[in-house]
Amino acid sequence: MNDFDIPMVVREELNNIAPEVDLAGIDPAGDLREALDIDSMDFLTFVTALHRRLGVDIPEIDYPKLLTLDGAVAYLTAHLKSAQR
Amino acid sequence: MPSLGADMEAGTLIEWLIKPGDKVKRGDVVAVVETQKGAIEIEIFETGQVEDVLVDLNAKVPVGTPLARIRSEAPPGAAAPLAAPAVPPVAPPVAAPGAAAAPAAPMPPPAAPILARPRVAGRARASPAARRLAELHGVDLSTLTGSGPGGAITAADVDGRLGALIAAPQKKRALGIDLEAMRAAIAAAMARSKREIPHYYLEHQVDVSACEQWLARTNATRAPEHRLLMGALAVKSVALACRRFPVFNGFCRDGRFEPAAAVHVGVAIAIRGGGLAAPALRDADQLSLDELMHRMRDLVQRMRAGRIRSSEISDPTITVSSLGERGVDALYGIIYPPQVAIVGFGKVVARPWVVDGAIAPRSVVTITLSADHRVSDGHAGALFLAEIGRRLQEPDKL
Repeated sequence: MNDFDIPMVVREELNNIAPEVDLAGIDPAGDLREALDIDSMDFLTFVTALHRRLGVDIPEIDYPKLLTLDGAVAYLTAHLKSAQR
Repeated sequence: MPSLGADMEAGTLIEWLIKPGDKVKRGDVVAVVETQKGAIEIEIFETGQVEDVLVDLNAKVPVGTPLARIRSEAPPGAAAPLAAPAVPPVAPPVAAPGAAAAPAAPMPPPAAPILARPRVAGRARASPAARRLAELHGVDLSTLTGSGPGGAITAADVDGRLGALIAAPQKKRALGIDLEAMRAAIAAAMARSKREIPHYYLEHQVDVSACEQWLARTNATRAPEHRLLMGALAVKSVALACRRFPVFNGFCRDGRFEPAAAVHVGVAIAIRGGGLAAPALRDADQLSLDELMHRMRDLVQRMRAGRIRSSEISDPTITVSSLGERGVDALYGIIYPPQVAIVGFGKVVARPWVVDGAIAPRSVVTITLSADHRVSDGHAGALFLAEIGRRLQEPDKL
């Protein structure tokens, strides 16, 4: 079983999209789209990267659960476990 | 040095990907040029063998300067200068691949390299020494202000410019996008547009519930890398509508409209930190939605990374600007000259809508058209917008 550092993976991928934003300074419960000024294309890039790295399937219907830093980490943690079980 | 936009006067050659003796074929990326729009990959329009590279690394040369000499394969022994008129703002390159290469007509094999012949409108007053110096270094005299008698350009003026040209590359060596320069390019193009193009504006509200439902259904079974976005449907619907209404697809130069044979949709892409560019999705009307989406993602990524191809910058025959989900209801674009139209998509909003005589919640988008009144009228514009709206009712046929 792989041990992913999910918070780190999420931060790395967000950093790829918005390299100029200091992620330490954003509200982990705030809307990422506002905090990082990302559009639907950026968000799809984010989801694609997470899918590729973690193997977690993220259907569109679940997008709203990934709109905050905390939400994304919680969602991926839960689904990574079930994917590996 | 190809012209990569109406406002470009010169470019700095920052990378050669070929050397004398290399074989090249049409479409190969042969060099990288730094412009106000960032680093642009230059494609070649000839197939053959590189005979000579005519411009040194880090040299800034005016538009129209031959960059290299290619011994073309077709008539053996003939050599043609690369790129100079290959991507002119004058002819949509795709319209006539043959014509694009034509100005680079075969020259006798031992021909001397053609010196820079910048497009000079009217002859600048300059001393013979200044003229010789300028020709030697490819400086466009028309861009200089003379300090000699009667405003004539002196050798010292040319020297001053050369100093600036040599000094310039050092201060911004990094690849990528210079936002300040990009802002200047936007300012120049938009000011020219507002000065020259008599815009008229129309808006049309379209129920896109069918698109949303179709996207949700289609994407539900797809891995993220194969999912589609509304933006792809928007571009495709406009591209298809252009086929029926060619008067919005092409260029207006010197007051004359030149319809384009192909539909290359410029996709407005916001650059982080405050910038904007609209590189072309070539032949958007011919692409399947999957292919179009794939190319659009690639284009956005490369544009933001500052790696875009020359043909993509100079090609668009119409522009689409889409505000996305966090935008506002409508945007009225400014036409990018010499194009003649820009279509704007606001964000999709839930609105009460009358469907079959009853009020129902629907997803609605406001589509706008800014078009050139020298070329078309509001009547045609209205039909064009209606056609786009109609196409969006049948997303499975896009």
